[in-house]
Amino acid sequence: MLCEECGKSQATVHIERIINGRKTTMHLCRECAQRSGFLTLGVLFQPSFSINNLLSAFLGSQMEALPSLGPGTEGPRCPVCGMSYRDFARAGRLGCSRCYEVFEDRLEPLLRRIHGSDRHVGKAPAATGEGAQIRRELEELKKQLARAVSDEAYEKAAELRDRIKQFEAKLRGNPE
Amino acid sequence: MKGKKADIFQNILRNSSSPWMDGSGNLGNVAISSRVRLARNLEDVPFPHLLSGKDADLVLKKVFQTVGRVGERGFGGPIIQTSLSDISPLDCQVLVEKHLISPQHAVSKTGKGLVLRYDESVAIMVNEEDHLRLQVLRSGLELDEAWVLASGIDDLCEQGLDYAYDEQIGYLTSCPTNAGTGLRASVMVHLPALAVANEISRVLTAVNKVGLVVRGLYGEGTEGQGNVFQISNQITLGQTEKEIIENLSLVVKQVVSEEIRVRETLFKNHRIEVEDRVFRALGLLSNARKITSDEAIKLWSDLRLGAEFHMIPGLTISDVNEILVLSRPNYVQKVFETTLTAQERDIRRADLIRKHLSSKGV
Ligand SMILES: [Zn+2]
Ligand SMILES: [Zn+2]
Repeated sequence: MLCEECGKSQATVHIERIINGRKTTMHLCRECAQRSGFLTLGVLFQPSFSINNLLSAFLGSQMEALPSLGPGTEGPRCPVCGMSYRDFARAGRLGCSRCYEVFEDRLEPLLRRIHGSDRHVGKAPAATGEGAQIRRELEELKKQLARAVSDEAYEKAAELRDRIKQFEAKLRGNPE
Repeated sequence: MKGKKADIFQNILRNSSSPWMDGSGNLGNVAISSRVRLARNLEDVPFPHLLSGKDADLVLKKVFQTVGRVGERGFGGPIIQTSLSDISPLDCQVLVEKHLISPQHAVSKTGKGLVLRYDESVAIMVNEEDHLRLQVLRSGLELDEAWVLASGIDDLCEQGLDYAYDEQIGYLTSCPTNAGTGLRASVMVHLPALAVANEISRVLTAVNKVGLVVRGLYGEGTEGQGNVFQISNQITLGQTEKEIIENLSLVVKQVVSEEIRVRETLFKNHRIEVEDRVFRALGLLSNARKITSDEAIKLWSDLRLGAEFHMIPGLTISDVNEILVLSRPNYVQKVFETTLTAQERDIRRADLIRKHLSSKGV
């Protein structure tokens, strides 16, 4: 297969990306893959290529896309560790757990690009786990309720309303 | 660490037969070992790269306290806790060679710590890239079992520590590439037949295409050494731990079945060539007076193939795996408790391997 970018060299790097929930595959030669900044999974075979390079490749293109900030305007800093987003882009490491909250707007798209998702569905600490579980179920029930109402399935909607009330009561008895 | 504990720790370092490399477990004749690693951090405490020495010591103290409460019962066996600054640089390097800490953890040891189960199957690095990095090792393809133990220990540690956790993003880590589950699962596989048949790159490209990463025996840059490859997950967010592990296990099973398919063909059509290779390796390893670690690893792979085929009476996969440990440069120096030149190491290494094989009667 020939490279989709230059059409000359053999495509040896196959990049799978999830864009708006749809999976697309690009076939590139090593040079074009490197040049286009799509240094993703396929290239990790190269001994010199580490996950941190991968991250800085992501961050690099993200930083370029940022409007240039004047000197001294590094944006908000994390109140716990003092890091700015720019510090993070430089270091490839966040400063503390609070950074995730402070830089949420920019981290979420980054997480989506790295993982194809920004929603954790795995294990939760027992202390927060139960509440989180109930909240997730509650969200789901509310969605179902909206659907039932728009379908004019009033009997089902009444049933759902009761269950939502039960869950909300449970949540009050189970504060964060 | 003093007295009895210090002695035990020294014995662990000098031990060349780790239970997690004993050839047991599912598909143990191809899958060397399975590893599950969880990254965890404390809420609102700067990540280790920003921690001052004093604060790092506080984190260390807090983790050790909690681990002490989790105790032998929680870990499934007796444990040792130590600050890395109490360990000699050579001992740290031996821990790296034995896959018990990362190379990164062994540099600049202030504020860093290690919790280690005596049998080496559970380790926690404290203040590596994250406040806690818990790893569980198992022989063979045993990711489920490793995950159950890791998650259980994680639950118990959580009772004493305020983990950094966000309802949407999950466990928060120093590097966003680990966020979510914080789970990195990996399996080490021995693929000599695929290598001989020149099919390694085809198989590994396929592995890559499904979003998994391949590294070598001693991490990045050691791909193909001893025909050993480590296959691990890349994505840590948006999938459950179970999905991550099932996905990885499935792919590893496919790789293993490809390897076995080629082995069978090799054995059927080129039996004499395979035997020749195995017994030449045995001859060299049991007679050489000088051997580099590179040569030893190459021969190790051939010898292991022999053990996998039960070709050498009395020699088990576990016996062969020990040669891997015996060949490491720092391990050799540890056994002789002295600094050695490369030349001296090659001589001592050959000695160690020779004695090891003759003690097994081959
Ligand atoms: Zn190209
Ligand atoms: Zn911060």
